[in-house]
Amino acid sequence: MLEGILSGVSVAAQPINLLMVMVGCFAGTFIGMLPGLGPISAIALMIPITYGFDPATGLILMAGVYYGAIFGGSTSSILINAPGVAGTVATSFDGYPLAKQGHAGKALAIAAYSSFSGGTIAAVFLLIAAPALAQVSLSFQSTDYFALMVLGLTAVAAFAGKGNLVKALLMTILGLMLSTVGTDQAQGVPRFTMGRLDLIDGISFLLLAMATFALSEALSAVLKPKSKEDQARELEAQKNLGSMKLSREEVREMAPVVGRSSILGFFIGVLPGAGATIASFLAYGVEQRLAGPTKGKLFGKGSIRGLSAPETANNAACSGSFVPLLTLGIPGSGTTAIMLGALLSYGIQPGPRLFIDNPEVFWSVIISMYIGNVVLLILNLPLIPYIARVLALPTAVLVPYILFFSLIGVYFVSFNTFDIHLMVLFAIGALALRLMDFPMAPMLLGFILGGMMEENLRRALIISNDSWAFLWERPLTASILAIAILILFVPILAPQLGKLKRKADENAAEGG
Amino acid sequence: MIKTLKRALLGTAAAAMLAGGAYTAAQADHHVVSELHFLIPGGAGGGWDGTARGTGEALTGAGLLESASYENMSGGGGGVAIAHLIETADQQAGTLMVNSTPIVIRSLQGVFPQSFRDLTPIAGTIGDYAAFVVNTESDIQSMEELIAAYNADPTAVGIAGGSVAGGMDHLVAALVMQAAGASPTDVKYIPYDAGGDAMAGLLSGEAQALSTGFSEAVEMARQGQVRILCVTALEPVAASPDTPTCDAAGAPGAQFVNWRGFFGAPGLDPALSQAYQNKLAAMYDTPEWAEVRDRNGWVEIFNPGDEFTGFLEEQEQIIGDLMRELGFL
Repeated sequence: MLEGILSGVSVAAQPINLLMVMVGCFAGTFIGMLPGLGPISAIALMIPITYGFDPATGLILMAGVYYGAIFGGSTSSILINAPGVAGTVATSFDGYPLAKQGHAGKALAIAAYSSFSGGTIAAVFLLIAAPALAQVSLSFQSTDYFALMVLGLTAVAAFAGKGNLVKALLMTILGLMLSTVGTDQAQGVPRFTMGRLDLIDGISFLLLAMATFALSEALSAVLKPKSKEDQARELEAQKNLGSMKLSREEVREMAPVVGRSSILGFFIGVLPGAGATIASFLAYGVEQRLAGPTKGKLFGKGSIRGLSAPETANNAACSGSFVPLLTLGIPGSGTTAIMLGALLSYGIQPGPRLFIDNPEVFWSVIISMYIGNVVLLILNLPLIPYIARVLALPTAVLVPYILFFSLIGVYFVSFNTFDIHLMVLFAIGALALRLMDFPMAPMLLGFILGGMMEENLRRALIISNDSWAFLWERPLTASILAIAILILFVPILAPQLGKLKRKADENAAEGG
Repeated sequence: MIKTLKRALLGTAAAAMLAGGAYTAAQADHHVVSELHFLIPGGAGGGWDGTARGTGEALTGAGLLESASYENMSGGGGGVAIAHLIETADQQAGTLMVNSTPIVIRSLQGVFPQSFRDLTPIAGTIGDYAAFVVNTESDIQSMEELIAAYNADPTAVGIAGGSVAGGMDHLVAALVMQAAGASPTDVKYIPYDAGGDAMAGLLSGEAQALSTGFSEAVEMARQGQVRILCVTALEPVAASPDTPTCDAAGAPGAQFVNWRGFFGAPGLDPALSQAYQNKLAAMYDTPEWAEVRDRNGWVEIFNPGDEFTGFLEEQEQIIGDLMRELGFL
């Protein structure tokens, strides 16, 4: 194994390969920064360029593009609330408020450090345990995925925003409802498409995220002009825009979050049916609960933990998704599906035999992914102060730019003008809801979990011939559901239990 | 910067208009095809995208075309692009749209109101057979055993696939069971989002068999994870000569090809259609095509002009009958 790792490193350290990974990181960061374009588009654009290359060189270039695009996506999430990729939607929950408070440089640095740490810890897991983990990724059946999505939904309380749980729940239900638009997989019939061809494939998550975040945010900036005091405060804040300094306490606060989120993200990533988006939402929910009442309240308002958790988890999940890809040949996400295509075009067929027949290929893929991660950190940290200056642009320039790039970004994915109309419609709806203080994040959570929850439940029911017994008969499913129930009821029951206990103590004291 | 951007955009738009005007005029007059525009009904990175771009790459690389351009237009399971090609037919003489078996299935289902009859079929160029696979550790050793298990209790044999209920993988499963003399309506089909997810479902043990593309199945079998029970060709296939055909393994007459091919705009000048067919026919002998084909693992199934139309009509008939029987129509 050590030999494999060393040979992987020596290949990656060749000058041509180092040059390629740098080129890839730059190109990837640039593409990823355009709202709507993420690693899938970036790699799809790069594949034809790499055909003539040596496989190792091609892979290293793509690794650079991959990590670059993920980082670029975080950048647009943080600076203009326009997530470039589904996996970085949760990044904007706290990253954007931090940037608005004048800490854009710091927020970008936290994102870069968190991604890097998440990637590093996950790469270590991958090196040690990839072949063994192959079995884990196959132990999950549809019923377990269903339970996992239910568990994910309990995270909704973390997104309650201004403390209004009812509004958060209403928005979750709206998200669940929107997720039912499109072709019903189990019956093959279109639902709620209103006879429109364009809705047959359902609503794209990215479109919804861009409309409800980037567009409605930009529009509300126009509707609510800043007061003089605000402007003065912003000018003051802009002086520190590029500062990336983290205090020692902040680092100490981040460290355990990064550790936990890496592990969580990696294991979610290993499951072929979950992926980076779910991982980032779950990590955000978990950290909000662990942060305690005072720190937890800061979530959604610029919490360092709230930014660090999803950023770490989504990168760790990306590394985790290489487990089923490399050991089983099963792509667990859109990005790994396109990576599979790239590997195949080099004549590399991932699967259980890859590790046995061509261990050097196996290691060089993992090492080159990791090199991409390292080079990205080295290249991008010095650029952060300049990128952060975007926010110093006057609103009259920045808002049209955001509107333009958000619309273009979504259009470039589907090339369907209907999507632009739909986006504008959603943006106006979201703007109205925002003005009434309805939070948008629970809707996205409901939307992404709803679709997967329904699919897995319907599938589980077909498999069990319409019996619901799997909910309690399958140990893994039952355990996950039990955790979900505990999470839901402990906060409600805990004070009651405390009261009961206090009463019991008093009685005991009186009796004694 | 804004100025530069604006200039760049205007420049691109002007160039696109010029190019568009130039090739339609040139081609309609002389039938000398030197440029082609590929319309791709799905997003970047999908199967249609790969087919169109690979074909364009081979044609230009071999010098059969001077240049090829590509346009992705997704939505409605391909219906948006079909509607666009029909609406703008008079400007689309230089356009080829890529499509595959789902154009037949989806128009039967009524996903979109048009069918291949509203277009000009040019040629089927590549294809893939379907296959049935089981987990290597499964008790089921052969297609005969799968059919026997199915006949004994269809609710105990879950068959996974990477498309919706009533989609291609489901129809292939029903088609083969019907040929085996079993009831096609009892197939317990388990739908997944994509072929990869369906494979994960099979390996996790929640499905007993998987209906999938043959070339994908061959790769997985080579890795030792799955056993191929049969392939939906009538003759053994060179890529895996030991795999029995479904026809010989208990489902007599069962055959299915998932083709990919090209369509022109409705009312395309027959001479121009012939010129496109000739271009595609000439492509097969070039080393550039061989490279693209091998890189993607494609199987050549050339089916030009009227033959292609006849094939489509036959496929529509067979699939339509099956869908009616299954209650999807």
